[in-house]
Amino acid sequence: MNSEITSYNIVEHLLLSNSIELPEDVERKVKRLRRETVDFPVIFVGSGTCGRVAGANETLAQIRKYLEENNQEAELVEVGCIGMCWAEPLVDIQLPGRPRISYQKVTPKKVTEILDATFNITYEPKYILGQFKNPIMEPWEELPYIEGLPFYKNQQRVVLEDCGILNPVSIEEYMAHGGYKTMADTILHTTPAGTRDNIIKSGLRGRGGGGFLAGEKWHIAAEAEGEQKYLVCNADESDPGAFMDRALIEGNPHLLIEGIVIAAYAIGTSKCYVYIRSAYELAIKRLREAIDECKDAGLLGHNILDSGFNIQIKVKNGAGAFVCGEETALINSLEGKRGIPRPKPPYPTQLGLFNKPTVVNNAETLANVPKILKKGVEWFTQLGTEKSPGTKVFALAGKINHPGLIEVPMGTTFRQIINNIAGGMKNNGSFKAAQIGGPSGSCIAEENLDTKIDYESLNGIDAIMGSGGLVVADENTCMVDLARFFMDFLQKSSCGKCIPCREGTRRMLEILSSITRRPQDYNHSSLDRFKGIMQLEELGKVIEDTSLCGLGQTAPKPVLSALYHFREEFEEHIFDRKCRANVCKDLRSYYIDVEACNGCTLCAVKCPEGAIIGTAHQPHFIVENKCTGCGICFEVCKFDAVFLK
Amino acid sequence: MIEIEVNNKIIEAKKGEVLLSTLKRNGIHVPTLCYMKELFPTGACRMCAVEMEGMANLIPACSYPVNEWMRIKTHSPRVVSARKMLVELLLSNHPDDCLYCIRNGNCELQKLAEELNVHERRFFGRRAKGRIDNSSPSIVHNPEKCILCGRCVRYCDEILRVSAIDFIGRGNSATIGTEFNRGLNLSTCIDCGQCIMVCPTGALHEKTNQNKIRQVIHDKTKHVVGVFDSGVAVSLAEEFGFKPGKNIEQLISAALRIIGFDKVYDSGFAADLMINEMTDEWLTRIENNENLPLITTHCPAWVKYAERNYPGLTGHFTSVNPPQEIMGSIIKNYYAHKAGLNRENIYVVSLTTCTARKEEKLRKAYTPHGIPHVDTVMTTRELAEFIKLHGIDLNQIEEELTDLPFGMSSTVGKMVASPGGLAEGIVRTAFFKENNRELRPPRLTKLRNNKARKEYRFRKNGRDYLMLAVHGLAEAIKLFKEMKLEQTKPDFIEILACKEGCLNGGGQPLRTPENHINLRRKAIYNIDNQGSIKTAHKNPEVEELYAKYLGTPGSEKSVKLLYNPDLTHKE
Repeated sequence: MNSEITSYNIVEHLLLSNSIELPEDVERKVKRLRRETVDFPVIFVGSGTCGRVAGANETLAQIRKYLEENNQEAELVEVGCIGMCWAEPLVDIQLPGRPRISYQKVTPKKVTEILDATFNITYEPKYILGQFKNPIMEPWEELPYIEGLPFYKNQQRVVLEDCGILNPVSIEEYMAHGGYKTMADTILHTTPAGTRDNIIKSGLRGRGGGGFLAGEKWHIAAEAEGEQKYLVCNADESDPGAFMDRALIEGNPHLLIEGIVIAAYAIGTSKCYVYIRSAYELAIKRLREAIDECKDAGLLGHNILDSGFNIQIKVKNGAGAFVCGEETALINSLEGKRGIPRPKPPYPTQLGLFNKPTVVNNAETLANVPKILKKGVEWFTQLGTEKSPGTKVFALAGKINHPGLIEVPMGTTFRQIINNIAGGMKNNGSFKAAQIGGPSGSCIAEENLDTKIDYESLNGIDAIMGSGGLVVADENTCMVDLARFFMDFLQKSSCGKCIPCREGTRRMLEILSSITRRPQDYNHSSLDRFKGIMQLEELGKVIEDTSLCGLGQTAPKPVLSALYHFREEFEEHIFDRKCRANVCKDLRSYYIDVEACNGCTLCAVKCPEGAIIGTAHQPHFIVENKCTGCGICFEVCKFDAVFLK
Repeated sequence: MIEIEVNNKIIEAKKGEVLLSTLKRNGIHVPTLCYMKELFPTGACRMCAVEMEGMANLIPACSYPVNEWMRIKTHSPRVVSARKMLVELLLSNHPDDCLYCIRNGNCELQKLAEELNVHERRFFGRRAKGRIDNSSPSIVHNPEKCILCGRCVRYCDEILRVSAIDFIGRGNSATIGTEFNRGLNLSTCIDCGQCIMVCPTGALHEKTNQNKIRQVIHDKTKHVVGVFDSGVAVSLAEEFGFKPGKNIEQLISAALRIIGFDKVYDSGFAADLMINEMTDEWLTRIENNENLPLITTHCPAWVKYAERNYPGLTGHFTSVNPPQEIMGSIIKNYYAHKAGLNRENIYVVSLTTCTARKEEKLRKAYTPHGIPHVDTVMTTRELAEFIKLHGIDLNQIEEELTDLPFGMSSTVGKMVASPGGLAEGIVRTAFFKENNRELRPPRLTKLRNNKARKEYRFRKNGRDYLMLAVHGLAEAIKLFKEMKLEQTKPDFIEILACKEGCLNGGGQPLRTPENHINLRRKAIYNIDNQGSIKTAHKNPEVEELYAKYLGTPGSEKSVKLLYNPDLTHKE
């Protein structure tokens, strides 16, 4: 019976025993956990944060109601994000003996229709996305495979492999899929130095943006003097639009925990912290639940698996300061101090948390570790490029058809991602620019589309990998405005400690704002504004050169790269006072077509600035000096007489 | 020793030290703003950035350790233009009122701008707005002039352990302020004024009352009395181009008289009284073996700190008032009566090295019936300004003696400004009281060293006694920890909140080189070496005051005039 097989039994059979043969009852349980056999229909609802925002909770409630009303027995599982943010809320259903099928954009209204069809052993073709491959079950006819969708076909999911598939807070399910076996093997059968060597050989580089060799970092900390050491997992992901760590922790927290335990073993520490953004409520909840499950199963705590190794993981909520993603600021924050960076050197691996050697690793880096050790260093080095092995998770956003979370091997080009995975540009627009690496990343232009995404190639075009934000812009995006937006974010996120970042970003923002605005005071003549561009470059260089931490050192990047690739657009803003994308509203000029205007006075009534004059039944005019470019006249005109020039 | 290459020249460096120290020792000047020798480097100002071969960015010399293979350029065009821009950026967010600024001519930002040839205004833009905080009786904080170098924050936290101020807000709305950004008067600030001493700009300065003094001096109905202490006498010289550490008390007397003070007294007289009274109190406590150790209260910053952080220790406080208040009390009671003056018409100006005395004089215990013992406190810096304002050239005037009776001071009365001085005075008088002969030699070298905690042990009646003189609150905190664990059992503790005591008080000349403090201390002890009256009880004017008016130390009259009514443990 089910209840007799506890998770402790599973630990014993799956993690500690080397025999391939499992006792029959355990085998049955494991099969059920792997969903190879299901007794009842199983309904998986994608309820990561992205799913919930799209309405997964309502869908879930509706499904429950349906099951109750129809007296239908089924297992409901809340899973994490599978990456297809554009298709949320996603609902997958697995009927006994049939492969799992996936529906997209399932709003509560569609629930009845879909479930009715599915329980009748058919599917609702209007909303269907595809079926999952399953070798032992009878496939659905004429239904595409999820793995065959362009969105998936071109990806290589390693870290995200089980996200959205597994129940994130079921340690048994994770173990049934082979989880924690690597951890058990590592701490029982290898030495810390051997583990470090493997990771060094694999060439795994920090996924937080720096790209430092993870194994090397462990090695320095492990060799550093002092008994007490710390491992900190950096999950304080605060880039706007980036959600790699969130999706990972919501979708598969056990993978991260496994990575942390292995890393802690390799470094020789028993105290680990996960510094996670407090805004990630669901991720924190799932991570805590997963940690509790591990404690209950004896995988965390004193003397785990009888190996003599003690390990403790503490979850610490970050208050949401962007700069606390920088490792020394994060350490300050962990210590309970103001989150501001410290000068490096001394590096955290020498003097870190509470002045003890500390390794700070990104969540994605740590999640790679169990996979590398499980599948072998060879396998990992074959992924990606020579110097940047492995895969990288990106959060795709912007003017593309399929925004979402993807994982591709290093060395994939921008063009491949945008055309093959993201489904091309939205509304068949044309590509203008992409911004990679979060708010302090660089802009790339069309000529860089065939650049490979790996640390070296990106360096070559003066861009950075960052933590994995990728924003795509089309011709309706104003590059000056985009640069201004990122500068605004960064100058607000600056901690205020060092002069170049605090004062310099503010001046850069002011110069950018003055370019996107109409002349307002003495400081805004064309010449002054042109000087502004020269100063932008000069300021940017000094800020990069002298800032204390990574935030400041990369803060001018979006502006400088936009200026490099789109200089003519900046000059247009200055000399012609024109924004070609019509985004900068201060630079818009509206005119009234005298032929088309019949003097209905509506625009004059609605104009908030009183900039439109004219008598009734006579064509009206816009006073250019008064017009602020808000566009209300354009919207209210029923005769299409207002136009933009 | 290792070798590194700087500006194409090989220089020697010590392994492990920071680059800035190496450069300094080799005479290569790199500008700094946030750097402070005694504090852990913070790397905030980036002014000390230098170019290192092989590094993509510039590195801060203040925190970067030297390495053998280093090749450094300290003044390459890239470095100089970066530094210059940093200053320009600071200036673009700084009020343009140098000519009206209290630090005009004495400002590190001004000096940097000059040094880096900033002659053109390139960045215009919005400036941070801030509200001036003048809620504190001693310190004024103007956030608009603050360049956020963080020296005050670090000094207050790391050296003094007061942590009254910290950074607030983020990005370019970051400021320095107290908890919840309430006024300094509501914070844990102890008014020591050390933040003023480390501030490179005019963001922090003392609260001044000079206009009022000028008015009072010209008010014929007022009798203005100036009382200076020895710390001022040995420090003021620096502000007037004399040799640092020169004792110019007689010039001060002359200058004050020219300005229009009616009487000039030496607070050493009051210190003598304090020593007599305190010795009496201490010996009584020893005799009864109660309430030991006796902890001094002549440092107002310490008193304020103790009240907030060690309320349990206030029971050990001496009940004798600090010299400033003793002098005020004697003047407003004994002297007023003797000279036939109405005490409301006497205006006492205390000239001191300390900003916390500005807070002390406001305390309830020192303003009986609403009449303060001391009307105004002026720091050394203010006195220098005041003398210059009155057009007095100290080089040109004749020396004059202080007025009697309260201008007479023993040498120990003057030593109170230096850490260990009070303890030394107490020992001398106590020795005389117990043995009826003078201590020979009177010099106690154990109380004159450079240590943060000076110890003096003696044995009497089969019991060991331990006297401690502590300067710097950090050391005091360490001591209290030891006392709690009963590792140290002192019988007498002299505490001065500032490092190096009153000689480095918050009201002293700004940007004092370190060796000047040593010279000041030397001057103080020089007075003792050369002076004739070396004990407080031998001061003839003090003896006369006891004989004619007070009676004996600890008498009813003494308690009334010289003791703090809130702390008096006697009936």
